[in-house]
Amino acid sequence: MRLLYFAWVRERVGIGEEEVTPPSSVTTVAELVAWLAAASERHATAFGEPARLRAAVDQAFVPMDASIAGAREVAIFPPVTGG
Amino acid sequence: MIRVTVSTAAIEVAAELAALERDGAVASFTGLVRGDDGVATLELEHYPGATEAALERLAAAASARWSLSAATIVHRVGAMAPGERIVFVGTCAPHRGAALEACAYLIDRLKTDAPFWKRETVNGAARWVEARHGDGEAAARWE
Repeated sequence: MRLLYFAWVRERVGIGEEEVTPPSSVTTVAELVAWLAAASERHATAFGEPARLRAAVDQAFVPMDASIAGAREVAIFPPVTGG
Repeated sequence: MIRVTVSTAAIEVAAELAALERDGAVASFTGLVRGDDGVATLELEHYPGATEAALERLAAAASARWSLSAATIVHRVGAMAPGERIVFVGTCAPHRGAALEACAYLIDRLKTDAPFWKRETVNGAARWVEARHGDGEAAARWE
């Protein structure tokens, strides 16, 4: 699964994207975020406050309880601020 | 006709407006970078591919809901200075009501539905702009 990070999430993790293979127990975006938070100290600073995060699965915005089954690309980012 | 552009190039409003003149009423919104609180530069990050797709979905939804003759969304990304144009939304319809409403819809929904992130630099320090609570309310009135 390809993960993409944007804005301060990208800065805190230190990279814009990475390939991961979460365990089968990780089935939702929220569980993925919790799993990522334990991956490294840098990940912990990016994913430690899940209430501040939003996500897209295969380029569509989804709620944090959305399934990641079969997802090729998951993006994690702060609330958007365009316009 | 739907036109969506996400680019580092400057936004040429006159040309965008002229291209929209396909029926009786054209409405537009232009957003400029504000220099509030000593902001020196504003940088726009986006999600390549997903951003364009989100804007195209919005333009298609507005076109269907208000029977638009044309809809244009242009959003700049990269570094900008105060006073520069950051976003342009334009609509064309047979009459003003549809053009004006669709234009307001597009800019309200763009703020919540399209993946862009602003980072501003003030006195040499960069900070990510926080989402505004009012943006969600403005977008929700079109539900």
